[in-house]
Amino acid sequence: MTTIDATPATNKTPSPTNPRRRVYLPNTKYIPILATLTLLLIMYFTGVANYENFGQPSVVVNLFRDNAVLIVVAVGMTFVIITGGIDLSVGAVISMTTTLTATLLQAGWPPLVVLPAVLLLGSLLGMGMGAVIHYFKVEPFIATLAGLFLARGIALFINQSSIPIRDKLWKAMSEYRIVLADGVVTKITSVTAVVVVLIAAAVLAWTRFGRNVYAIGGNADSALLMGLPVGRTKIAVYTLSGFCAALGGVLFSINSTSGWALQGQGLELDAIAACVIGGVLLTGGSGYVFGSLLGVMVYGLIQTIITFQGDLNAAWTRIIVGLLLFGFIVLQRVVTRRAR
Amino acid sequence: MGEPSPVLEMTGIRKVFPGVVALDGVDFRLLPGEIHALMGENGAGKSTLIKVLTGVYDIDGGQITLGGEQVDFTGPLQSQKAGVSTVYQEVNLCTNLTVAENIFIGREPRKFGRIQWGLMRKRAAELLARLDLNIDVSATLDTYSLAIQQMVAIARAVDVSARVLILDEPTSSLDASEVAQLFTIMRRLKDDGVAILFVSHFLDQVYEISDRLTVLRNGQLIGEYKTADLPQVQLVEKMIGKELAVLEDLEDKSQRIRAKTADAAPILAATGLGRTGAISPFDLTIHQGEVVGLAGLLGSGRTELARLLFGADRADSGSLQIDGKDVTLRSPQAAMKRGIAFSSENRRTEGILGELSVRENIILALQASRGWTRPIPRRKQDEIVDKYIKALQIRPADPEREVRNLSGGNQQKVLLARWLITEPRLLIIDEPTRGIDVGAKAEIQKLVAELSDGGMAVLFVSAELEEVLRLSHKIEVLRDRRLVEELENTEGVDADRIMQTIASGATQ
Repeated sequence: MTTIDATPATNKTPSPTNPRRRVYLPNTKYIPILATLTLLLIMYFTGVANYENFGQPSVVVNLFRDNAVLIVVAVGMTFVIITGGIDLSVGAVISMTTTLTATLLQAGWPPLVVLPAVLLLGSLLGMGMGAVIHYFKVEPFIATLAGLFLARGIALFINQSSIPIRDKLWKAMSEYRIVLADGVVTKITSVTAVVVVLIAAAVLAWTRFGRNVYAIGGNADSALLMGLPVGRTKIAVYTLSGFCAALGGVLFSINSTSGWALQGQGLELDAIAACVIGGVLLTGGSGYVFGSLLGVMVYGLIQTIITFQGDLNAAWTRIIVGLLLFGFIVLQRVVTRRAR
Repeated sequence: MGEPSPVLEMTGIRKVFPGVVALDGVDFRLLPGEIHALMGENGAGKSTLIKVLTGVYDIDGGQITLGGEQVDFTGPLQSQKAGVSTVYQEVNLCTNLTVAENIFIGREPRKFGRIQWGLMRKRAAELLARLDLNIDVSATLDTYSLAIQQMVAIARAVDVSARVLILDEPTSSLDASEVAQLFTIMRRLKDDGVAILFVSHFLDQVYEISDRLTVLRNGQLIGEYKTADLPQVQLVEKMIGKELAVLEDLEDKSQRIRAKTADAAPILAATGLGRTGAISPFDLTIHQGEVVGLAGLLGSGRTELARLLFGADRADSGSLQIDGKDVTLRSPQAAMKRGIAFSSENRRTEGILGELSVRENIILALQASRGWTRPIPRRKQDEIVDKYIKALQIRPADPEREVRNLSGGNQQKVLLARWLITEPRLLIIDEPTRGIDVGAKAEIQKLVAELSDGGMAVLFVSAELEEVLRLSHKIEVLRDRRLVEELENTEGVDADRIMQTIASGATQ
């Protein structure tokens, strides 16, 4: 393949009369995210047109409530995927966190100790996987698969059945309602998810760490030669994903006021799917947290539509997500090929 | 007169790898504000010297002083901090990031930990403007040509540290106008007092741009010369350590056989063959024993044309005849069955499998054409491989050596051997001599001439006009993805003539 030779020598002659490219290829990197946004809007307005009450603000607000865990996990996954990696352990980390939280609370630990402890544990597990990936040059797929088994194993070891949480603080957080407007209420979990998204987006766009994440995904060898802290960043990214998963687990335990070792099975795949639908390139180097958020919204909106329809099998969610994944992967291919 | 004191001085550098002395007491110095070419064949120790200088390798002896102080680099970061920056042949930037980011990543201007994008873009634009490069710094790097990418890499290197700049084969992927642009930048940096170490296989470029040069051979210092005082022929002799008569032979030979091929049967005839977006429809006939040269700038469609003939891309117009019969090549396998072989230009990415041995690499294509269910007996393999290692003088002559440990020229020979053992009737070679040293180049050219003498047709794709002229019976000139002229390679045809064709009728 002639890759480089064939590149049209854009802007070779530096002249201001060269805005053509900027017009018909507005910004290649935004195409996937714009496609997702368009899809989301189409889905939303189709729902509004077809179902009564679909247009109420609570439908949108509830999307955040119902998918808070997935949003938080997808944020961590976004960082990992942008570096060109993958984290399969997140679902298991969620189950480990919920089980541990419930067990410790049941044992009478103060909630303000349990909360940082489980978040730290998730982060440490992520850090461990990151270290293995970096220092032993292990494929992220394998390292985090090991993490998956480990975390799920720990969860099942602690307790195989569902453990109720009776702690006051947890109960209070679960029941606390935030009134956004008349008749529109939300919960702490959704607010947390939104805050996580905002912080993560700022970190990716405006910090050296965030830019290093992109650089590593673009070309790790180059990043190293440019003097960037590749190892540190990689480990940090898995740590962050572990933290997000643990936080997701905490949100889960708040939502359900229980812990269960079989919680969050397959959630890692939902998170990956959300990222991909949101335009995060699986090969790394490209993507946005807001894209992943949109991906989760697409996911949630499909479920909402199915609920509103009433007579559809829930399996349709997966079928549609499957089709969308195909569509977006092909779109990514087309877009990246055009950019070359 | 008094030379300025050197900014960099390396004395008695020694570097040993298991079984090999890569550098043996080499001295090297760089003066501020000069362009210094480091010359030598592949394996002479150029890369090792550069890696020592950039801290990739430790040294086993000798010392390095930078700006009068002795230094001991333990990694690329330290050497960069001390003022030594390197731009490699493969641009080591992140093409998914913007131009501005590529220049400043790791050193972004920040306020309270937050990257100041506006300031960063402004500084990047100013920096590039000083290099006469006015491009949109907020566009991602992959929207620009390789030449621009290279210049961005240089801008980064210069901005990081402006004392010593190492350019390792920066021109090997650039076309003539891009090289000119690069040289303008190099001269400007030189005027600013930057010491530039320049490595290139193109002698003309070395003579055009460098002030002094240092020649290495087999890990030893041959000498340091003023470029103006050393004629090209002498330089080549110093590099390879023997007189180069092979090239003279070739001149007559191609004259000699030209008559012969005129009445030979055509092997391949393309009529109006083309592929939208790759190459406009062209007519081309290749006879038995004929060397057809494809000349043109990078991106002019040379490789695209070759790929059509090999079935690597599907033609969407015109027809192709092989041995007088109409054929449609649906895949490279189909072409191979009809006796066409294609040796790719990217030996690293498309041809050579570095982890496999010389033997396995050579056997590959023949095995593929037999089908994997009928393995070639080991004894037969050894026989064939030995024959070609001898015939092509592949060094080291060890069939079990991993190919990635061979020099570029020898890798190229392995690749050629792979196709030659399939006994093709038409061999398409794309840029066989790019990035390999003078001696190996001559050997490969000689080999092409011999193959053609033996009746094999060769389609020879090369960016070097001299080489095309020396070998070809007939030259196809490409411009803007169009075959614009076919020239019989007669007395009157020279590089200028071809350049005219390439240049004339250009869109401006």
